[in-house]
Amino acid sequence: MLRYTLSRMLGLIPTLILVALISFFLIHLTPGDPAAVMLGVEATPERVANLRADMGLDQPLTVQFKDWVSSALQGDLGNSFFLGRPVAEALVERLPATFSLAVAALLVAVIIGVPAGIIAAARQNSVFDGSVMVIALLGISVPSFWLGLLLILIFSVGLGWFPTGGYVPISEGFVQHVKYLVLPAVSLGFMQAALIARMTRASMLEVIRKDYITTARSKGQSEFVVVTKHALKNIAISVLTVVGMAFGILLGGAVIVETVFAYPGVGRLVVQAVTRRDYPLIQGALLMIASIYVIVNLVVDLLYPLFDPRIKYE
Amino acid sequence: MRILDEREKLLEIRNLKTYFYTEEGVLKAVDGVDLLLHSGETLGLVGESGCGKSVTSMSIMRLLPSPPGKIVDGKILFKGRDLAQLSQKEMRKLRGNDISMIFQEPMTSLNPVFTIGNQISEAILLHKDVTKREARRQSIEMLKKVGIPSPEKRIDDYPHQLSGGMRQRAMIALALSCDPQLLIADEPTTALDVTIQAQILELMNDLKKSYNMSIMLITHDLGVVAETCDTVAVMYAGKIVEYTDAKGLFGNPSHPYTWGLMNSIPRLDQNIEKLHTIAGVVPNPLDFPEGCKYNTRCPIADDKCLQQEAELQEIRKGHKVRCWHYERLEQLKKVH
Repeated sequence: MLRYTLSRMLGLIPTLILVALISFFLIHLTPGDPAAVMLGVEATPERVANLRADMGLDQPLTVQFKDWVSSALQGDLGNSFFLGRPVAEALVERLPATFSLAVAALLVAVIIGVPAGIIAAARQNSVFDGSVMVIALLGISVPSFWLGLLLILIFSVGLGWFPTGGYVPISEGFVQHVKYLVLPAVSLGFMQAALIARMTRASMLEVIRKDYITTARSKGQSEFVVVTKHALKNIAISVLTVVGMAFGILLGGAVIVETVFAYPGVGRLVVQAVTRRDYPLIQGALLMIASIYVIVNLVVDLLYPLFDPRIKYE
Repeated sequence: MRILDEREKLLEIRNLKTYFYTEEGVLKAVDGVDLLLHSGETLGLVGESGCGKSVTSMSIMRLLPSPPGKIVDGKILFKGRDLAQLSQKEMRKLRGNDISMIFQEPMTSLNPVFTIGNQISEAILLHKDVTKREARRQSIEMLKKVGIPSPEKRIDDYPHQLSGGMRQRAMIALALSCDPQLLIADEPTTALDVTIQAQILELMNDLKKSYNMSIMLITHDLGVVAETCDTVAVMYAGKIVEYTDAKGLFGNPSHPYTWGLMNSIPRLDQNIEKLHTIAGVVPNPLDFPEGCKYNTRCPIADDKCLQQEAELQEIRKGHKVRCWHYERLEQLKKVH
């Protein structure tokens, strides 16, 4: 198990190098120049050139990449052009807010998605099943920022139940913290809830036809226990996999939703960094998001044996 | 210890009709079946896939997928109580307790993510008022009875850690854990290799005697029937076509279908070039032929068979056949 974990972790390194490479060149291929953005339209070409030299942007791309990777390997993600402080520091500062939002959105997704999928499968072709499927289709189709705006319109502007946006750290009171979280978490979690519900339903429908389910019924077990014990543990792995992916995506930044709710998370930082062409910050953020995603998925893989005794990592 | 008369009626099925209401039409999977099973007896229900034998057993257990399956008519009298009329709640008290079931595929009939012990104890805890510890003790006891070596270790194994034969033994332990009076065995040996088959059949026979229970054995294998059954019902297209004791069936098959089945068994004592087969295929249940349902494949069918289906009639004591021309079959037998 330990050896397996270590080898899997080593396997993450090429993935992350690839992420670094792609994000680096993609950013530099997009038109726009941070020096020009900083100095504004009035700046003379000399001043721009000087600033570019200061930032090291006059070097060939390969040299810039090499420099960035070698310092990144030492834990230094460089300094942000615009914030004037280390990238790592800026990212770490934003992480708690994003983490809160991701966890809240995941809770929404799991609490709605899993039971909805289970009940829909247990009552296949019923009105409930039909409704869940239609709502799930909506959930997947509706863009989360639009849902966010709609929720703001109804619950903030209309009913005044929740603030229109912003963030209160958990240290300044749990209730306030949650109040600011509800709407962004719902708009983010809804789509994931839809995905989880569809996945849960599909796995459940497959499992519920298995012989061992008939065996459980033939023991005299109630339908409730048949579904929640015998079937549920058998679909746990598929559900866990989508939940893990959902969590990775949610942690990776709810870029647009954070902007809609003026929520100070990593996603909003990335949007700002992109508009200002803040190369070190974009690269650092993308690397962090990718790392979180692959680590979450690794953890999910390592959890499999807990749910299925047939899976063993030697 | 239950005190039961040797010939006490345990299960009596009268005119059972189980239909499936599908989009393509009504599928008459079981269409007027009568069966009688005395306590301590083994009844064989024989037929090809799709003849309605498994639907009959699922009707008794009231575990039909509903919709589309539905018992539309008939009585299933278990110790005088009509199971067809019971609520699911009442049925749950009977299932696993008075009536148990084992299935064809020991690979898939045990839940892969729970230990054997968990699955056997579950049944015991459901029907007996015992502690978890006692349920576990009884589970180990059951595993010992079905011949699983070192049961106190095996009880914590998962199904994938056991071989096919051991799994079927574990399944039998599970089914018998609450001392049922009726065991429905749906093709219990079909998925096992031949040596294991014999062991499992022997085990079932032994347990039947020591538990004084009845077995309803569903199979397509006439060899299995010969080894275990007291009475046999042959099913074809949702109906019973021949119903007699095992001796009568093998000594004197009187329905052309039964006769065809027996001729299809390879025999070592005869030198034949090619194995006999029954011509044609089982008719589509949504589109059964008019008259006798076997008329599309029967070597002796005539106009009468195309128009009208025969009743199940007693042609000699304890031997019922659904055929107009069972006498004509005798002549055919002489030719072969």
